Formats: sequence, structure tokens, C-alpha cells
Amino acid sequence: MSDPEFMIDVRAVTKRFGDFTAVNDITLGVRAGEFITLLGPSGCGKTTLLRMLSGFETPDEGSIRIEGNDVTRLAPYRRNVNQVFQSYALFPHLSVRDNIAFGLRMQKVGDEETRRRVAEVVDLVALGGFEDRMPHQLSGGQRQRVALARAIVPKPAVLLLDEPLSALDAKLRRQMQVELKRLQKRLGMTFVFVTHDQEEALTMSDRVAVMNRGRVEQLGTATEIYHRPASGFVADFIGESNSLPAELLAREDAAVRVRLQGGLELRVPRAAWPADATRALVSVRPEKVCVSKRPIEGAENGFQAVIAEEIFQGALDHLVLRTDAGTVLSAVVANESAIMEALHEGDRVWCGLHFDDLVILPALA
Amino acid sequence: MQALPAADAENPHARRATPMGWWLLAPMLIWLALFVVAPLLILVVYSFCSRDDLGRVVFDFTWTNYARVFDDTYLKILARSVGYAALTTLICVAAGFPAGWFIARRPPAVRNRLLLLVMIPFWTSFLIRTYAWIAILKSEGLLNATLLSARVIPQPLELLYTPVAVVIGLVYAYLPFMILPVYGSAEKLDNALVEAAHDLGAGPLRAFSEVIIPLTWPGIAAGVLLVFVPAIGMFAITDLMGGAKVAMIGNVIQNQVFKARNLPFAAALGVVFTLLFVASYLALQWRGRRARA
Repeated sequence: MSDPEFMIDVRAVTKRFGDFTAVNDITLGVRAGEFITLLGPSGCGKTTLLRMLSGFETPDEGSIRIEGNDVTRLAPYRRNVNQVFQSYALFPHLSVRDNIAFGLRMQKVGDEETRRRVAEVVDLVALGGFEDRMPHQLSGGQRQRVALARAIVPKPAVLLLDEPLSALDAKLRRQMQVELKRLQKRLGMTFVFVTHDQEEALTMSDRVAVMNRGRVEQLGTATEIYHRPASGFVADFIGESNSLPAELLAREDAAVRVRLQGGLELRVPRAAWPADATRALVSVRPEKVCVSKRPIEGAENGFQAVIAEEIFQGALDHLVLRTDAGTVLSAVVANESAIMEALHEGDRVWCGLHFDDLVILPALA
Repeated sequence: MQALPAADAENPHARRATPMGWWLLAPMLIWLALFVVAPLLILVVYSFCSRDDLGRVVFDFTWTNYARVFDDTYLKILARSVGYAALTTLICVAAGFPAGWFIARRPPAVRNRLLLLVMIPFWTSFLIRTYAWIAILKSEGLLNATLLSARVIPQPLELLYTPVAVVIGLVYAYLPFMILPVYGSAEKLDNALVEAAHDLGAGPLRAFSEVIIPLTWPGIAAGVLLVFVPAIGMFAITDLMGGAKVAMIGNVIQNQVFKARNLPFAAALGVVFTLLFVASYLALQWRGRRARA
């Protein structure tokens, strides 16, 4: 039975290419009007999953429902789904107008309505004046807009986007991220966006599915996957993190005492520590490591360290800290104003880690 | 000498014709001038001449040769030649397009092996291959023997020296010239374009007519020219496989040159024939431009 809550309902889908399992038993529900991103390194199965939604691949196992209809084996041209291709795939023999109108022509929409809807969408993606150009006469950014316009003009239930921004330069990409998000909100359309760029995923998505080796490692909002990674892979893949193996020393009332690799002893929330485990992974973001030249009050974990290395990164300073116990940690601090104390290589500093900033993950097998 | 290009100079690496370029082209241009342009001019001059009783060319000016070309007998033969060539081209498109498309969609390693198969016949002399067809098609040949022993037919089929044999021979000879150019443009066609067509609601037929045909049109057009033009003029296959029964324009010209020794009339036939090629080429070009527009 389909769950009416979901626009896209992927159930236990597996896809193999020869010996390689590209998508391994994925179950995923996407709500109507949601902007969901499939994020992961190349080869993680995100593109294969997208191609099964568009119909270019057929699952070996499992089922896919879109708008409540089983589309598992439905041909791409019978699906109420459109795709923005990574290479844009604009028809080189058709003008911008004819490219955009292609889907409507296939649906046998009348001339009058086609004209109106094409004009509307041309306006929406700010391509006015370019209708008669051929694709080879457009810049990369303009082609991207044509590809987008062509895919949304048939008003599909779901828009699939396969790394559509990867060919654009950094500045244009950021601008398009904002525009895409705005467009999606305005249309209220369900977007499934595939990318390997975590920044893209975090800025645009309502929810992100972090994928690795054919599986969804974590599905959550941008803040959830950033602050509460569910696995070592997610912690490492999203942003920077200090992920260190830890060994249980003693249980206290509200905390457990652990020793990190290298020797540093910390107290972590007892509730976060896996019940029977003696080993786990402690993960902390570099920007959550508090560094000061004076002792820090009120932190659950205070310790001293020496700044072993300082890497200038413009607005931020990246510090490599060697704690007195021997553990090496990365920290990121804002490049301070002249009023504040300056931190430099070789300085002796006090560090603090807050309970809430420590993420405990199951130890790697 | 300028060490640096002037500020307003165009990109110095841009391709443009230079004197050096003409030198590189010179061998080909000289070859074309000597062996294509000059013979064509001689052909045109001869076509307005007449012949004496011994078959020597007499340099006067007359339209009689052209008048004779448009005689019913020759128009019929010309029409028949065009008909055979058109049928050959049609069959070659029908068989060659799917083959070229299929090969282009294989993985590169398989692709090269399949292309090799297409080209293997060229390793053997064309005449030997034509004689092989005779051995296959004659009444006591391979095909009839097989069909007879399988009891598919009660008596041998008369295939050799019929129009069917001529078309079989022509299609066999020219099929690779359709497959290769079609392969060339199909291979360049990005599969994402076909997927985009399907994605936008085009079923297999619409995707074929709206995207695949227009984008492989240059290959199809090249194939049509490479098959149609030589097929009209072909005389070896019609001679060997059609017997003397199926005369085509190429046979007529051959006869006029070697048997009737009427060079001026043969030249006039050749000129008309060449103009026909030019016309069909321009028609294809025009069709191609319309397909792209």
C-alpha cells in the first residue's frame, strides 16, 4: 500500500550492475513540495537512484511510487517527472523556444496555450529576448536556465536535478543555488537534487539524504546532519570534524569518562554513550573547540594545549592543537579584531568542549 | 616584426587561411585540376562535337547529342537507372541506419570489432565478390541448392540475370557506404539527448523523428549521396549480375565509348548525368537546411 503522505515513495529498492551493487535496499519517502538532496561521493548510488526515479533504470528489487502510482517499471515518457540533465542535454537543432516547448508539444498542448506557458516560464527564469537563439549561442548559465525552463514547463509532479550546477563557476553557482531554492518555493514543486557538493546540499535542501556505498547513511535536515551526524562517514563527509576513537574509563552519574586516542581524557554525556559499549567514536567540529589564552570557566571539559600549527584562511584561522595529554585536535577560530587576544603558533592555550557539542558514534567495526 | 600582437589584434591562435595553408592544399588542387576539372571540361567540349565514320571526334558545334539524350530510349534507361539507384538507396537506408545506430550505441571495444566486420569485404576485390554473388545466385548455385535440399522450393529460382539480382548486388556493394556515415553521426549523438526526449514525454517514435533523425541527418545525407550517385552509374554489377537484360545508364555510356565508338554522344550522356548528381546533391543540402531550421 502506498503512503498518501509521500509524493515519492521508494521501498526497499536495489539496483545492481554486474557484481556492483549501486543502490542497496534503499527506502525513502519524499513529501510533496519538499526539496530533497541526495548527497554523496561519486559512486555512492545517488545518480542511479535518480535515474530509477526518471525511469532510465529499472530496480532489480523493490518498488517506486510517485503520486501514489506504481512507476517501478513505467517508461520514462509515461512518468509525470522531468529531469534537468547534468550536461543540460539541450536539443542543438532547436531554438530556445522550441527546446522549452518540446515537452508541451509531446503532450499535444494547443499552440495558444503552449505560447502562453513558454512565455510564462521564459519570464520566470529570466530568459526574455533569448527565445530565438540556438543553444550554441548561449553561455553556460543561460543554457542551465533553458534546461530548467524546459523541465518545469510541463508542470511535472517531481523535478529531478542531476548535478545541474556543477558546470558553472563558483560565483554563478551560488547565485543559482539561491534562485533554484526561490523557484522551488514559488512553484511548490517537489525537487530531488543530486550533488556531491555539501555546501549546495546544506544551503538549498529541506532535507538531505547522505548516501554512501548504495545506502542512505542519514536522512535529515541540514542542521541535523551537520550537528548530529549519525555515522562516522556523515561526520567526515559533511564539513570538517575531529573523529577520534575513545575508550570507556568509568561511568559517573550523568557522564562517562573516556580516553581519546592520544591520551586526552574527557567527560561525555552518559545518555549519548552506547549502553554496553566500551569503545565508541567521539566527534567534534573544529569550530566547537573553544580556545583561549585564559582558563575557560563553565565548560564540562577543560584542558591545556599548545598551538602546533596555524593555517591562515582569510576570515578564519585553522589551528592544530597538541593537548598536554598528547591528542591532536583541529580547531577553527575567527580571525580576531585587534581588541581581542591574538593566538599564534607556539602559544600555550586553554581549551574547552561543551557536552552538547560532542557527538558519540558507534565504533567502527 | 612585432614582438607582441597589437592590443586590438584578434586571437593570434585563431584559425585563418594563410599562404602556408594554400601550399598545403596545392598537391590536392593540382590533382583535382588535372584529373577532375580538365577531364570534365573535355567532356563538355566533346559533348558538343560530332563523330566521323571512323569514330574520331570532329570539332564542330552541335546540339544533336543532347537532343539524342532526350530521346525516349535513353530517357527510359535514365529513369530506370534512377529507379534502381533510388530503390538501392532506400534499402540501404532501411538496413544501414539501424546497423549504424546499433554499432554506435555499443561500448567502444565492441564498436570497433563491429566496424571491422563492416569493412572486411573491402579486403577482397570488388569483382571477385561480385562473381561470388553469381556463384550464390545462379540456378545451380548455393542458395538454390540449400533451398532445394531443405525442400523449401520445388524447383530452382531464376534469380541471376534478373532485376532482383541487380538490386541485391547494388545493395551489397553500397551498404557499407551507408552504415559508416550513419555510424559517424550516431556516435557523436549524446545519449542524454535521447533520454531528454523520452523524459519530456516523447515515445520511441517521436524521439526518433524529433531528435534522432534531425541530429543524424548529416550522416544519412552523406550516406544517400555515397550510395545513390555511384549506384546510378554502376555498370559492372548490372553487366555481370543483370546479364545484358537490365541496361542502365552506365552500361549505355560504356557501350557508346567502346562498342559504338561515339565519344561525343557518350560525353553528352555523361554531362547530363553529372548535372543530375549536382541537382540531387543540392536538393539534399536544401532538405538538410530545412531539417535544421
